[in-house]
Amino acid sequence: MKRLLFIAALFVAAPVQGDSTLPPAPYANVQLENLAQEAKAEALMETLRCLQCQGQSIADSDAQIAGDLRNQVRLRIKAGEAPEAIRAWLIERYGDYVSYAPRVTGLTWPLFAAPLALIGLAFVLLRRRFTRSAP
Amino acid sequence: MGLAALWLAAALAALQLISGFLSLRVADNPLASVVRPTAIVQAALVAVAFLCLIAVFWRTDLSVALVAANSHSAKPLLYKVAGAWGNHEGSMLLWVTIMALAGGCVALLERRLPEPTILATLAAQAFVSLGFYAFLLIASNPFARLDPVPTEGQGLNPLLQDPGLAFHPPTLYIGYVGLSVAFSFAVGALLTREVSPAFARAMRPWVLGAWIFLTLGITAGSYWAYYELGWGGWWFWDPVENASLMPWLAATALLHSVSVLASRNALRAWTVMLGVVAFAMSMIGTFLVRSGVLTSVHAFAVDPERGTFILALLAINIGAALTIFALRAGTVSEGERFAVVSRESALVFNNVMLTAILGIVLLGTLYPLLAEALGAQVSVGPPYFNPATAVFVLPMLVVMGVGPLLRWRRDLFVRVRPALILPLLVMAGVALWLALSGLHLLPLLGIAMGTALLMIALVPLRGRRLRTVTLPLWGMVTAHFGIGVALLGIACDSAFSTERLVAARIGETVAVGPWLVRLGRVEPVTGPNWTALEATLAASYAGAAPSQLKPQARSFWTPPQQTSESAILTRWNGQLYTVLGEEAEDGRWQLRLWWKPFVTLIWFGGVLVALGGVLALLGRVASDWRRHIATAKIAYRRQRQGRG
Repeated sequence: MKRLLFIAALFVAAPVQGDSTLPPAPYANVQLENLAQEAKAEALMETLRCLQCQGQSIADSDAQIAGDLRNQVRLRIKAGEAPEAIRAWLIERYGDYVSYAPRVTGLTWPLFAAPLALIGLAFVLLRRRFTRSAP
Repeated sequence: MGLAALWLAAALAALQLISGFLSLRVADNPLASVVRPTAIVQAALVAVAFLCLIAVFWRTDLSVALVAANSHSAKPLLYKVAGAWGNHEGSMLLWVTIMALAGGCVALLERRLPEPTILATLAAQAFVSLGFYAFLLIASNPFARLDPVPTEGQGLNPLLQDPGLAFHPPTLYIGYVGLSVAFSFAVGALLTREVSPAFARAMRPWVLGAWIFLTLGITAGSYWAYYELGWGGWWFWDPVENASLMPWLAATALLHSVSVLASRNALRAWTVMLGVVAFAMSMIGTFLVRSGVLTSVHAFAVDPERGTFILALLAINIGAALTIFALRAGTVSEGERFAVVSRESALVFNNVMLTAILGIVLLGTLYPLLAEALGAQVSVGPPYFNPATAVFVLPMLVVMGVGPLLRWRRDLFVRVRPALILPLLVMAGVALWLALSGLHLLPLLGIAMGTALLMIALVPLRGRRLRTVTLPLWGMVTAHFGIGVALLGIACDSAFSTERLVAARIGETVAVGPWLVRLGRVEPVTGPNWTALEATLAASYAGAAPSQLKPQARSFWTPPQQTSESAILTRWNGQLYTVLGEEAEDGRWQLRLWWKPFVTLIWFGGVLVALGGVLALLGRVASDWRRHIATAKIAYRRQRQGRG
């Protein structure tokens, strides 16, 4: 019975796929039936930012737009798109702001250089201290 | 009345500052005797001001602008009173109140350090307080009046109407402000060049106390967000959460280096530096929370002008401290030396790791601001923080396990190796078993290391008679054990949680993990200032008799806002987390269900860590007290002998 309802929901949804402003959004609060796909969708949703409430990912937001985005993500995963392709599509549409995983660009490279620099710095600090103080 | 007390307190703080510094310049200055009483009276006055604020909230005196903006006559009394610090002005007043009380305690109790150091410390404390008094009196007066008096208040943000509010912010603030005392001690010691083990022993209880409160505050805040936000997440790497995490990281590092300084007279400059950094992080935290420059789940007070003020205070305080540090650092030697394999070096290693994590969190939190200044919007979230901090956390945890087994000064690794073999074997076994079940790398490492840590944490107790183990040692073992417990909880939650989002009809049964959850009915209910739809769920675990859960979708009317009140069922091995969503057109209800095995370990671990701190603090205070009594006795005897 639940299967049937899902399929019915899909039929309703098919014409509006790709348009996030119109209801209904069948997958806003309903999971994909394929567990592997759902896991992929969830992993992706947790790294996308809700544009309205701004401090939460779309996976844990009550806002309307988060629901729409969840629906989009699930439908696209279901259609077989790769998660990173969906992310790229969303970034193109909403800007870098939407993704919690910063891309390496001319602007964000220090973010990624920092851990490496800190490892280097820690190494130098510790080494200096130990070689200097070894009795 | 409250305002008058506040002005007086500010004036006294100025007096305390001036007399404190003057008595440093001139030996035997008569003003020196003024400093301590001033600090105590200042504390009393600001406490009066704070009680006044609580009183106007208690009575819902709407002629006070702050009450009108944040309270409502229909609110339950607990939230009326808690509303006094659930807003910007009130929380700032709470800040100076705690700070003045802490200063008063130092003035009243601290007798171990040379008098000039205490006076310099109190002066530094007054300097910091004065900035906050100026902030309160100029930019955010909590007692500002309204004319005409409104007929009704605007109410408090419903997300804040929770018992958590009554305790969470004061807990964190006590932590922040405790670090201000550590900061003042550091500055005071720098000014008088008295960076010694005695200084470390005087500073240690304050650092420990602040750290306990921060630990509890973060743990409670995390649990609060977990059940209140209604999506099952417990840590979001959100700016405000990071704001509380950064002082904790700094305080943890400080706590350990203070111990090294107290017992081994090493790491002097580093300890002082950490004292300054820890309070800087507290102020950055306050700035982030109060200015609203970063959008956040928890941002309730957003006002850029005030942010600028706090930023200016931050710049002045930290700038001044760093200048003093730079001027005096040359005169502070590093102290005793130690070998590569020694307990000191393990502590140094972890200090460096903690500082590196602090750096990552600070950079990731502020980077969006920086990028915005450069004209681009980016978000930095869990996909960045998790791996970037894990790089440092994992080696740190390894050293945390081994470090306490090592001896001070120098040791041989061979000596501690036998104690490590069993935990390592267990760890490898767990890792192998989990790898075969196809777990991701981070949760796998987390569970394996967590298990090993639980065993290693207890090793320092091996071969000792438990009755002779000192309280501080119990404290360390408990805290390290708690870290292992929390790590297990975190890893289990991310590895084994199952989630079900469904639209269910009345009477329908949904499976989530080992649970079967049946939607009984959905009814309207009313509270003092809200109405709600309440679902009755019957949940049975693996075929056992069902228990009831009642999640609600609440609508508050002052101010109008929707919240979802999750219902949580706790078993020894995890939590069932249920949320009621909206009604669909066809009469079905949105349900969100999670089964989170062992998720409770996260907060149990946090509480254990704090408990470890409490044990250590008790031990230190008790031994200080015994020493105090002993010296008093000797002095008394000498006096009598002198007479006889």
